[in-house]
Amino acid sequence: MRYRLLALITATALLSTACSADKEAGPTDQPSAAPAPSASDAGPAREDADLVIWTSEAASRAVTPIAQKFGQENNITVAVQVIAADLAANAITANAAGNGPDILTLPNDFLGGALQNGTVKPLSLGAGDLGAYEKSAVASVSRNGQVWALPYGMENLVLYRNTKAAPKAPATVEELVSTGQAAVKKGTVKRALSLPVGQEGDAYHMHPFFTSAGGSLFAMDASGQYDTTKIGIGTPESIAAAKKIAALGEKGSKVLSRSIDGSNAIAQFTAGNAAYLISGPWALADIRKSKVPYDITPIPPFAGGKPAAPFLGVQAFWMLSNAKNPAFAEEFVTKTMNTPEAMTAMYEQDPRPPVRNDVLAAVSAKDADMGKLAAGAKNATLLPDFPFMAGVWPPLGQAYATIVGGADPTSTMQKTGKTIESAVKAK
Amino acid sequence: MIRILCLGIAVGTAAALTPSLAGGGHYVVLTVAWVVVAVLLVTYGTGRAVTAKYLVPGTLLLVVFTVAPVLATVQMSTTNYGDGTRTTKRETVERILANSVVQAPDSPTFNLTVGTSGDSDFTFFLVDRATGTAYAGNRDGLKEVSPTVTRGFVTAAAGYTMLTPKQVNDAAAQLKEFAVPVEGGAIRQRGLREAFEGRTMLRYDEAADTITDTATGTSYTVQRQGDREYFVDGQGERLSEQSWRAGVGLENYRRAFTDPRILGGFLRIFGWTVVFAAGSVVLTFVVGLGLAVMLNDSRVRGQKVYRSILLLPYAIPGFISILVWSGFFNQEFGLINNLTGLDIDWLGDPWGAKAALLLLNLWLGFPYMFLVATGALQSIPAELREAATIDGAGAFTAFRRITLPLLLVAVAPILVASFAFNFNNYNVIELLTHGGPFTPDHPDAGATDILISYTVRLAFGAGGAQFGFAAAIATLLFVITGVLAAAQFRATRSLEEVH
Repeated sequence: MRYRLLALITATALLSTACSADKEAGPTDQPSAAPAPSASDAGPAREDADLVIWTSEAASRAVTPIAQKFGQENNITVAVQVIAADLAANAITANAAGNGPDILTLPNDFLGGALQNGTVKPLSLGAGDLGAYEKSAVASVSRNGQVWALPYGMENLVLYRNTKAAPKAPATVEELVSTGQAAVKKGTVKRALSLPVGQEGDAYHMHPFFTSAGGSLFAMDASGQYDTTKIGIGTPESIAAAKKIAALGEKGSKVLSRSIDGSNAIAQFTAGNAAYLISGPWALADIRKSKVPYDITPIPPFAGGKPAAPFLGVQAFWMLSNAKNPAFAEEFVTKTMNTPEAMTAMYEQDPRPPVRNDVLAAVSAKDADMGKLAAGAKNATLLPDFPFMAGVWPPLGQAYATIVGGADPTSTMQKTGKTIESAVKAK
Repeated sequence: MIRILCLGIAVGTAAALTPSLAGGGHYVVLTVAWVVVAVLLVTYGTGRAVTAKYLVPGTLLLVVFTVAPVLATVQMSTTNYGDGTRTTKRETVERILANSVVQAPDSPTFNLTVGTSGDSDFTFFLVDRATGTAYAGNRDGLKEVSPTVTRGFVTAAAGYTMLTPKQVNDAAAQLKEFAVPVEGGAIRQRGLREAFEGRTMLRYDEAADTITDTATGTSYTVQRQGDREYFVDGQGERLSEQSWRAGVGLENYRRAFTDPRILGGFLRIFGWTVVFAAGSVVLTFVVGLGLAVMLNDSRVRGQKVYRSILLLPYAIPGFISILVWSGFFNQEFGLINNLTGLDIDWLGDPWGAKAALLLLNLWLGFPYMFLVATGALQSIPAELREAATIDGAGAFTAFRRITLPLLLVAVAPILVASFAFNFNNYNVIELLTHGGPFTPDHPDAGATDILISYTVRLAFGAGGAQFGFAAAIATLLFVITGVLAAAQFRATRSLEEVH
């Protein structure tokens, strides 16, 4: 009896083992046989294909047809996955676990965190091979003598203007405020300016006003790099700048408001409620759809102030260090995407100024907005990519939010300066 | 028979998983799987252990889904695992070296075809783009050959099979190590069809544990900075920001108890967490119970219609409700201020934000309490209330003395559970206020932060992802919630004495 039971259990065991073993493809004796996929834990679900690309919704519209053509040419399967939230953090974690994508698209400020975690691998192209590209764009993804990503488009803040409410481009912030408020009085619009502040603040969108009023994030060294030993927040200049921002806030001219945040800033402009909008190329598609008559100009400075310097972000293709298909990834990035045709396609689906100079010249001739967006980058400073920026952006944004809400600019900037100093020093 | 089938399937599953687990080096998982199977076999196969038959399933699930994660968390809390320390030291060194490969200046670029002669190693067939000369290269070096060249690529060579692009890609793991040594560097693959002469600028000396830059001669040694080690030169400059995983003992706990940034906000946040959880439970219960009592009166017409309408908030997914409400609370455009003509700074004022959170949680939670109270009310016999009325008790006294005590016995465990749920209600905080508003005095601890949202910010905010530190905080929270739950269950026991 006991033995029969044992035998039966063994038989069932063998059967179920055999069933599951059948599903695995038989090993081939080609040297190309891939290593058996190891059991991986749950995580961001990487689709199973010979080339996997993680990207944003807008970029995916351009990347998908190019990748599919690449797949047909090489007789492989491709998957372009839209990762809506936290692409950078997800990719770092997934890559470390060995189930990340082969390629992803992210702006240049991914570089710091990616290097710290060994997430990306260099392009194996020298800066010389990228001669067709805007130098500053290539520099933004270069570090330690290597180029780490293939840039495709740039983004920076500009001033969108509802030409019905404000026919003339303002030369100064003061003019912007007065023409905007005049339009509100006339009833053409409901508010002068739409600039996202929100309850937590937005250090990125406030930066042009902050720099024009004399503030800076870090001092610049002789070679034009950030000198992180000299923090600009908490200095007398930053306090003076904060006072100018406070004057635009809820206790001042009420041009800035915490009620405007990332979720409604663009909608305020496209609904015709705001005379001006400060935003980047990502707003363009919505604005064009809305039929609001608009024009694009660089962000004006304060009267007698310094130039308004937005951050310059560079969107790029990155290859991951633990990619399952490194050869296809490298071929796709350094050969297929590295062409005027592919770069033009990227612009067509995700309109932002291309960083290949020949493509920028060609599209600017057809689409005046691209030249205007690129002109907004004239005074721009590069978006810093230090991993410790995660400890700089939130307190700085919160400081702007409380200052716009009416808090004392002096003590707010001093305390925030101390917070930022400790965040920078911790690294 | 079913028993035998189930046991067989268990054994079979473990057997089927064995090769891939062993291949992947997951020996712990492998051992656990077989131990579980052994326990199952002994318990159900032999028929001796009768009590164990009933205890084993529960115990196994407890061990696998509760004890194991807790132990894993505690174990992780003694490491520095996080951003910059996700890799082992060996992986870090490999990555640093691999990242230092640069194309030699003025070196040729080749058209590449990868071939194999069947001895399972590779040969690079290269055509110099500038001169058109064809070479064959393997691990020993480069030699000139004259194979068939079509449109700049070697397409066939005697004794060799050429790999298709798919095969080249699939062989990536082996090709990563493959380079054709030439004077001053090595020829490496770039993509599918191209090769270049690259130089590794860094050398690792395993015995001395140093990395040397071959161009400048600078040597980098391992040095500890903070809770991790880096390769650092004589001036203290790091070669790379990438460090590696290491045990740090109780360092994460020491930090949790001594960091002024953490201690500064802790007591205030703990207080608000308790107020938020208790306030949410009390408010939802009072409103839910009140509505339930009103609608339980048989004189109310259309009971069912009212009850269905009151359940609607419960039917809408919470995430959507919360995001819609965050729009309602907007000071300038929000529905609430616009309808009431108020100008309350709901989310920017510490008290306004707290009130907003409790209001939102009331909306989200009262239908549940209404549902529970309605059910409990209907299970209380009407005779009890009638008897009280005959004895001269008014409606309120009857409710307070008879209905409420009986009701509380039934719903007390639900109130405890609801408290515990709200104690860790991360979603509602994160989606409505993100813990804010913040002040420059406490940039990490917002006015509406509860413990869980606060610790998530500490662990994944300013310093990037710090899994080791997060695990230490999670362990501490586990202890706090455990103590609170024990106290609550002790307290609810007194309610049962009503019977």
